[in-house]
Amino acid sequence: MSNLVILIPIALGLGLVGLLAFLWALRSGQYEDLDGAAERILFDDDDDRPPARRGRR
Amino acid sequence: MSASVALGTAPPPADGPEVTVEPFVRSGGDGRSTLHLMVEGVHCGGCVRTIERALLADPAVEHARVNLSTRRLVVGWRGGPGLGGRIAATVERAGFRAVPYDPDQLRGADEVRDRQLLRALAVAGFAAGNVMLLSVAVWAGAFQDMGPATRSLMHWFSALIALPAIAYAGRPFFGSAFDALRHGRTNMDVPISLAVVLAGSMSLFETIRHGEHVYFDSAVMLLFFLLIGRYLDHRARGQARSAAERLVALERGFVTVLDAAGVRHAVPAADVAPGATVLAGAGERIGVDGAVIAGAGEVDTSLITGESVPERVAPGSRVFAGTLNLGAPLRIAASAAGDGTLLAEIVRLMEAAEQRRARFVVLADRIARAYAPAVHSLALITFLAWWLVLGAAWQVALLYAIAVLIITCPCALALAVPAVQVIASGRLFRSGVLLKSATALERLAEVDHVVLDKTGTLSLGRPTLAAVEAVPEDDLRLAAGLAGGSRHPLARALAAQVPDAPAAEGVAEVPGQGLRLGLPDGEIRLGSRAFAGPPGEAPEDDRLELWLARPGAAPRRLAFGDRLRDDAAPTLRRLEALGLEVEMLSGDRRPAAAAVAKALGIDHWSAGRSPADKVARLEALGAAGCKVLMVGDGLNDAPALAAAHVSISPSSAIDISQNTADAVFQGDRLMPVALTIEVARRARRLIRQNLALALAYNLITVPLAMAGLVTPLIAALSMSASSLLVVGNALRLQLRGQP
Repeated sequence: MSNLVILIPIALGLGLVGLLAFLWALRSGQYEDLDGAAERILFDDDDDRPPARRGRR
Repeated sequence: MSASVALGTAPPPADGPEVTVEPFVRSGGDGRSTLHLMVEGVHCGGCVRTIERALLADPAVEHARVNLSTRRLVVGWRGGPGLGGRIAATVERAGFRAVPYDPDQLRGADEVRDRQLLRALAVAGFAAGNVMLLSVAVWAGAFQDMGPATRSLMHWFSALIALPAIAYAGRPFFGSAFDALRHGRTNMDVPISLAVVLAGSMSLFETIRHGEHVYFDSAVMLLFFLLIGRYLDHRARGQARSAAERLVALERGFVTVLDAAGVRHAVPAADVAPGATVLAGAGERIGVDGAVIAGAGEVDTSLITGESVPERVAPGSRVFAGTLNLGAPLRIAASAAGDGTLLAEIVRLMEAAEQRRARFVVLADRIARAYAPAVHSLALITFLAWWLVLGAAWQVALLYAIAVLIITCPCALALAVPAVQVIASGRLFRSGVLLKSATALERLAEVDHVVLDKTGTLSLGRPTLAAVEAVPEDDLRLAAGLAGGSRHPLARALAAQVPDAPAAEGVAEVPGQGLRLGLPDGEIRLGSRAFAGPPGEAPEDDRLELWLARPGAAPRRLAFGDRLRDDAAPTLRRLEALGLEVEMLSGDRRPAAAAVAKALGIDHWSAGRSPADKVARLEALGAAGCKVLMVGDGLNDAPALAAAHVSISPSSAIDISQNTADAVFQGDRLMPVALTIEVARRARRLIRQNLALALAYNLITVPLAMAGLVTPLIAALSMSASSLLVVGNALRLQLRGQP
């Protein structure tokens, strides 16, 4: 029982981190162009910042 | 018709309102500007790179980014909106057609909703995963003597995750359900919301009194699956939306009116009195309907008739508002202006046709209408039967009723249609077809009749050099080099024929006549018959022509014609093989239409049809019970596109046609039209299979739920299984035969 009290919050916490990471990625424009991102990794001189983030600065 | 209305490819400079990108440039306060463009023909990383590099080579440009998924480009630069034209021209030179659009119109509601759905989906996914983790523990514990205290703890943790998640991720459904109820209707979202809310609150109640069964996992998983369906559906709808309607802009603007004393006045186009003399300069858009009094030359009528090859005009010829004067200045006696013009008439026709188009109810909605009440009654019957007839405690009866709601909740049904639609539209997108309307696929699948426009649809809609092989290589290169600097449609066609011809230095353009280049050993001329042709000979046919005159050689004739799309005939055969009646409706003259019909083997055709005739023909077909697919591009086709059961435009079409059409295909091939119908038919088959699967699943599980045999474990299993089955079936669309 006592190990559950520790393990469940850890499991939930890790899940929550994943959720927050996704929401951050969404907000920073990384989901704007999934096809493009797959191609851009092959560019030598690419600026890898997503556009929405740059716009917000 | 023509690329000629597209940005930058428009023949003359300046006045044409559609040529200007400036209105679409958004200026920041700090001297920076941004322009949003839709770019056509981008299909790989290489294209992205080419465009971005070309733009970044311009020192003023600060950032340029192409979105490969949506084929849109955002460019930002230091400087005013005036640079917009240069930016657009750069993209064009890199080999891509670009159309500016207003991002606010696209963003607005659409993008906000997209984000909201995606966030809700993430939250529901997180909750579903974690609640399921706890639920699996409980289910395993049931076989391994888990104590009631531990089970309660698990339930409480589940509640902690599930309740906020339901409150957040359920909003898209709650809002719509509430709206429907308030207006006394019911939709698919009502049973969904009811099931989720009841399951959540009942489970909380059970958790508080340490009950055995809670449905938190079912509730969040339900939301998760439904949100996937909703998100896919939303994506399918939003994939291709055309640039803003800009037709109205043509009616604005000023025209030059000459008064009795010969003095020029700038008058708003709509205020010109009939009978007034209007002056249309070279390269200017004619603002009124009327007859030419003085001057002769060529007029680009592509916007009105779809005929890209310029029309020759002389005193007495009728001209229409919206056409473009390519040659010498014309004096025109106005006969109608503003609302009285043919242009305005076409717009009215189109609006009327759009209103008449019967509201098409998609299959899924038709099912939903019957489904929601059925589900409600089943749940109610279950509750009443267990409570009143079989004498169960009301809590137990309610729990069974909730199980019915959860089981019947249209997970598979909600995924059945959008999963297929998304895969089908993604498939078409890769083949260069953009679906604009969510219901287009379903309507395309029903089509039994195809009506095609001639110019710009069966043909490329732009002049191309005829009999290239008859022209010596040297002459061709010389002429193309001369033509490179001109924006006249024929010169552009010539330059496009020999793209690598070295551009000649020092070419002078004589408006309305041609180009001349002075060399030490004489003058080279490229232009009209009068300018560069042999003196005093009548033309041997009525094809458009340019003449090339060089010192010491006889003038050479370069004839132009509108070429048919290379795969027009095979496409028509394939359409016929699909069991479709093919018909051609042309606004063009009879001999021209007859020649095309003969070349392509079209039995049913008619020529000289006005926009109203075309609409009438489509309505006659519709009244006879035919489901007609209209393929057309010009403004003259726009009303017909709106009147047809479903419509497709080439991407070279004017904006208004693209806006009206349900789908737009890119490139010089016609085959995408046939492909679209094939994919639509396959999609329809898969959608029906999916719906049948979803209903079969319900037929099996609903009796179990009503009998009270469904535990949370069974509910979770059957829900996942049916959803996976439906999505897997949809994926088959992608597996089979890549055309």
